[in-house]
Amino acid sequence: MSLDLNVVWYVLVGVLLTGYAILDGFDLGVGALHLFTKTDEERRLAINSIGPVWDGNEVWLVTGGGALFAAFPHVYATIFSGFYLALVLLLFGLIFRAVAIEFRSKQPMGWWRQMWDVSFSVSSIVSALLLGVALGNVAWGIPLAPDHEFAGTFLGLLHPYALLVGFTTVALFMMHGSIYLTLKTEGALHDKVRSWINNTIIFFIICYATTTMATLLYVPHMVAIFKDHPALFVVALANMLAVANIPREIYHGRDFNAFLSSCAAMAALMALFGLGMLPNLVYSNPNPDLSLTIYNAASSQKTLGIMLVIALIGVPLVLAYTASIYWVFRGKVKLEAHSY
Amino acid sequence: MDGLLLARIQFAWTVAFHYIFPPMTIGLGLLLVVMEGMYLKTKKPLYHAMTRFWVRVFGLIFAVGVASGIVMEFQFGTNWSTYSRYVGDVFGSALAAEGIFAFFLESGFLAILLFGWDKVSPRMHFFSTVMVSLGSMFSAVWIIVANSWQQTPAGFHVVGEGAMARAEVTDFWQVVFNPSTVDRLVHVLIAAFLTGSFFVLSVSAFYLLKKRHVEFAKASMRIALVLAITASLAQLVSGHSSAQVVAEHQPAKLAAFEGLYPETSEGAPLTLFGWVDEKEEKVKFGVAVPGLLSLLIHGNSGAPVTGLRSFRPEDRPPVNLVFQSYHAMVAIGMAILLLSLASALYWWRGKLFETRWLLWAWVGAVVLPHLANQLGWMSAEVGRQPWIVQGLLRTSEGLSKVVSAGETLTSLILFTLVYVLLFVLFIYLLDHKIKEGPVEAGPEKGGHRA
Repeated sequence: MSLDLNVVWYVLVGVLLTGYAILDGFDLGVGALHLFTKTDEERRLAINSIGPVWDGNEVWLVTGGGALFAAFPHVYATIFSGFYLALVLLLFGLIFRAVAIEFRSKQPMGWWRQMWDVSFSVSSIVSALLLGVALGNVAWGIPLAPDHEFAGTFLGLLHPYALLVGFTTVALFMMHGSIYLTLKTEGALHDKVRSWINNTIIFFIICYATTTMATLLYVPHMVAIFKDHPALFVVALANMLAVANIPREIYHGRDFNAFLSSCAAMAALMALFGLGMLPNLVYSNPNPDLSLTIYNAASSQKTLGIMLVIALIGVPLVLAYTASIYWVFRGKVKLEAHSY
Repeated sequence: MDGLLLARIQFAWTVAFHYIFPPMTIGLGLLLVVMEGMYLKTKKPLYHAMTRFWVRVFGLIFAVGVASGIVMEFQFGTNWSTYSRYVGDVFGSALAAEGIFAFFLESGFLAILLFGWDKVSPRMHFFSTVMVSLGSMFSAVWIIVANSWQQTPAGFHVVGEGAMARAEVTDFWQVVFNPSTVDRLVHVLIAAFLTGSFFVLSVSAFYLLKKRHVEFAKASMRIALVLAITASLAQLVSGHSSAQVVAEHQPAKLAAFEGLYPETSEGAPLTLFGWVDEKEEKVKFGVAVPGLLSLLIHGNSGAPVTGLRSFRPEDRPPVNLVFQSYHAMVAIGMAILLLSLASALYWWRGKLFETRWLLWAWVGAVVLPHLANQLGWMSAEVGRQPWIVQGLLRTSEGLSKVVSAGETLTSLILFTLVYVLLFVLFIYLLDHKIKEGPVEAGPEKGGHRA
């Protein structure tokens, strides 16, 4: 396969979705763990640890969706209409999350805060689960018709492999979120969150190992490329080492390194997924010939070229101010007058 | 029920709800730049308290705007996937550009705006305010580019046949600067400035009437009134220019705006108000000024204007709905102008802050730009019907093939419930913030790092 515009855009969409997974991953994870914090102060600290950044993190999903629309319109059209009810649920999850973060601390009543705490946590878990289930379906394959349309049913999307990837995603985000929260907190809350990390890592590793086994056994097309090009096993190795490094860094009290390790593990996981999928964007199961690939689902070469110019101008800017924002809000979270 | 109708209702409902918020943030964002700029220049604590108060309100509006906006980004794929396949090559680029150039800028710097008061220098904070304001306007730019391309498509060619046909870009700049982009963008941005300034004026007038935060309210009012007067005058020019573009490129829409049926009318009348009988193809109970429409469009009261009978019935938009929404928008625009000019007069005579009826008028006037926004979009989008892309693809051809009417009905009911809840919460918290008011700056609390 040569490095043409279609491959470049496959990588770019992958980068946007990886950016989304790493960034929104930790704030979805913080949300998923939210109800384990008990006092109002702890909960406010948890929410404010993601306060300035969660909104920007979600933009990676919106822009990833936009890039998919522009570069691979058939994928955007097939997936979003085919996964209709699941996607509507995801949208409600994201709306409730946004609203819960924004509204929770605006009123002092206990029932008010408890209600939004529950919405925040449930919607975070549901959003992460649905994203994972969608990914699982794309990997497993969905029934596609010759006109690229989805030919399955909503219940058909809830098969065991897709659910397994869904749970793995929740576990991954919980692990990632607990590390982030450790990094951002101090004192008693820091120690408390730190004690969760062992559990979140174990939860993740169980899911991760199960998914890997299931993929090797039942989803051969996802591993074919690694059989043909054994050198690519390096990515799997890197992923393993990054995961293994997390408890080590936590043990030595190097929270930031643990967080970087977790980010690296997620990037490597997305790379494994991306390599496994190539050249397909949506695998057609049972009839692989009908799969949506980076060629039959793409926009014209002209548009891919124009979009590349837009990306080359825009992405460095985006990275520059994302980095600046994270730099400004570095360090431990504190409650202030303008906090959530 | 009919799946097409349900999908259209859902799109109209979700976009109408979403469109309450972006014009407020665009308008308020510009005012924040002015307020914080004045604080940096004068160092007066009043401007600092003012900026901090309106930033808090801005954050609330922004949050609901984002929550309802994600739905819009995905709805082309969920409910209009055939449209998405057809136009993805052209339309998708504009949405992706909006994400890359506008959303990251807005949401990134908003963090500093809301939470960075003690973390960055006052200059850096001001810079962030400018970036958020620019980001909100860039967002409008790309959305208007995408929507204007649906109205007056340009810079593309159609490739493939039948179900596999799709539009592909031939000239990106022609897509961006299609014939209606600039006029529509200017019209929408001015409307957003009106929405933001009327909001600030309404809250400030309320404080003055209640004799609370008086200095704060007067200063906010002065800043917002300058924008309101300028924008309401500019909108007169922009509206005129926009209508001329519609006349040139979408004659069926213009004919529906004006309820004009004859194939061509030399010396076409301007109907001030009336009721369009679509069966009998005429305006009833109407009052019209002969020749005025021709004069407004062509600068010559005898020039011919194309009417609805030049188009086959299946190519015409629903006339009365477009006619009424367009006329209501224009009428509200006039009321906005009148109120702004009257306030300018009272301000000049030094009686603005004492004239209670005028202040009460401002309290209620907050809804005027919102109504005009909604009605304006309604006439623009319903006037485009039956096309989803003018002259190229019919709305009925754009629908998702695999989404059942029942699924759309389900999502529509859910969206309705959630949005009603969101709106109630929004109003409740907005009311709470307004009643709480600004934190008055005492002498020792005047500094930036208060």
